[in-house]
Amino acid sequence: MNTLLNKKKEPIDKLAAASGRSLGGEALRRMLRSPVAITGGAITGLFLLLAIFAPLLAPKDPLDRTLQDQVQLGRGIIPGSMPGYPLGVDDFGRDFLSRLIVGAQQTLLVGVLATVIGVLIGVLIGGIAGAFGGWVDTVLMRLVDVMLSFPSLLLAISIAALFANPSQWTVILAVSMVGVPIFARLLRGSMLVQRDADHVLAATSLGVKRGAIVFRHMLPNSLGPVIVQATLTLATSILEAAALSFLGLGDPDPSRAEWGLMLGKASRQFLDIRPELAYYPAIAIIIVALGFTLLGESLREALDPKNRR
Amino acid sequence: MALLEVRDLTVDFVRRGERPFTAVDKVSFDVEPGQTVGLVGESGCGKSVTSLAIMRLLARRGNKVSGSVRFEGTDLLTLSDRDMRDRRGRDLGMVFQDPLSSLNPVIPIGLQITEVLERHRGMSRKAASVEATDLLDKVGIPDPARRLSEYPHQLSGGMRQRALIAIALACRPRLLIADEPTTALDVTIQAQILALLRELVQDTGTALIMITHDLGVVAGLCDEVNVLYGGKIVERAERHQLFGEPRHPYTHGLLASIPRLDAGRGEKLVPIRGSVADNIPWDGGCAFAPRCPNALPVCREVSPQLVPDHGGLLRCHNPVRPAVVAGGGAR
Repeated sequence: MNTLLNKKKEPIDKLAAASGRSLGGEALRRMLRSPVAITGGAITGLFLLLAIFAPLLAPKDPLDRTLQDQVQLGRGIIPGSMPGYPLGVDDFGRDFLSRLIVGAQQTLLVGVLATVIGVLIGVLIGGIAGAFGGWVDTVLMRLVDVMLSFPSLLLAISIAALFANPSQWTVILAVSMVGVPIFARLLRGSMLVQRDADHVLAATSLGVKRGAIVFRHMLPNSLGPVIVQATLTLATSILEAAALSFLGLGDPDPSRAEWGLMLGKASRQFLDIRPELAYYPAIAIIIVALGFTLLGESLREALDPKNRR
Repeated sequence: MALLEVRDLTVDFVRRGERPFTAVDKVSFDVEPGQTVGLVGESGCGKSVTSLAIMRLLARRGNKVSGSVRFEGTDLLTLSDRDMRDRRGRDLGMVFQDPLSSLNPVIPIGLQITEVLERHRGMSRKAASVEATDLLDKVGIPDPARRLSEYPHQLSGGMRQRALIAIALACRPRLLIADEPTTALDVTIQAQILALLRELVQDTGTALIMITHDLGVVAGLCDEVNVLYGGKIVERAERHQLFGEPRHPYTHGLLASIPRLDAGRGEKLVPIRGSVADNIPWDGGCAFAPRCPNALPVCREVSPQLVPDHGGLLRCHNPVRPAVVAGGGAR
């Protein structure tokens, strides 16, 4: 009798537990069931591990020019794959695999920092516009409109070109500026919706102070789209940073392993000798950008209340 | 002195390039401490706007509010924003129609209660938490300590409205405004929530303004009832007077259109003809005249005044006489 009761009780508990999940838990559950999310997550996860542990994983010192004497660029000779150097070496005779692995760290750093800076500035602008409304909103949004009117890569190039001494920091800054107007507009839009939300009216009717209304009631309810956009922007940030380096607007230090720079050099200087040296970084960039895009898309889908089941 | 004295409260919706629309037109009423006053009328009659105007929750842009709202002698309409904020939640509380959308979906219920306690009663997080458990218990939420950490979507509709009532009453306001608190709930829950409100109002001595379109709610709860039509009070009466002897044809129509369990078989409901016009003009006669079964030629020419009648107030040229009630469609 007792066991029967317990058996009946179990599914009810499970049901209660399932309904007792927070919004985030619900989204996570949905993502774990989506093959797109798993693919994106796997790529992103591997990339993160690779980037974080790059110095440990790289088989050789990425700066070590041991095979430089075998490279004779003038005569069109770069040694290809060989034992110990599975992807061959670059024009300075440095192990290409190690440089790719270390480059992941650089790519992650630039992508994440550019996105974070873009989110912070964008959220600040959009938050102020959405919280105050009125002429503050109008002025800020016209500024944002001006930024949005430039094609993103052109905007990044123009900002990067403003600096006399390009470095990885100017790349990060230039790429982050591309995201700013997008984040500002997104947050402002959802803040405006929140301003008229019933629960904000209810909080106002309780005498909650304006600061608390904005930071506790409006902002947290408005950040969902920004978080999703940030994941997607990570992918474009990585692409744009690579593009800036490719175009020679990035860090000019040749010792720095950077995928865009590696791709640019290989495609300009020795595409006819060793085309694979251009393919490897290009493929790496594509896979990582794809991973973040898949993850971002599935995150967007999982957080969309219309998809709740 | 009454707890709340509303005098000539007028709200105009002002849109550029359009004629202002008077949503609430010189509404005056009093609420005594501990009293329950009903504001009744159909959609668009101005009852919610009245409550928002009292709480000063209407957007400043596009709304012109005039008249006075004296709460314990202080005119709320002339208070500074900061002083008004201090009073909201502490002296005046409000419960809204839709309990789900009135709760913040991303923070736990507990935090939404303690927030108010910390704000107005200067409690520490810990003390507020204990008090919140107590409050949830008082409004009949089982296992209140566990509920504190739950999110609004995890509660049922009735629970949510109970939680909202707990939040509104957290700082023991002297006046609670309930704006259609039961409309979004199903009937059995409605009865529970009304019983809860009645009990809380009696226990705490809180005055209550009950805004509703549902005369059943009024019958069970209100001491005095104001019937609104087109932004104006058309009849005010003590509860038994209103139900026993409705004087205004509109009130009479509202009562006649309620389905009754004791009605004879085959008896039809008597609807009120027509519907509320978008912009009801009171300047060229009575706004209800086009829909009124009792309308006289004078009703379309002279706007009626609110005059004392049977111990209440009435705005009608040709009120319903008791005999007409008995002979009308209501029975």
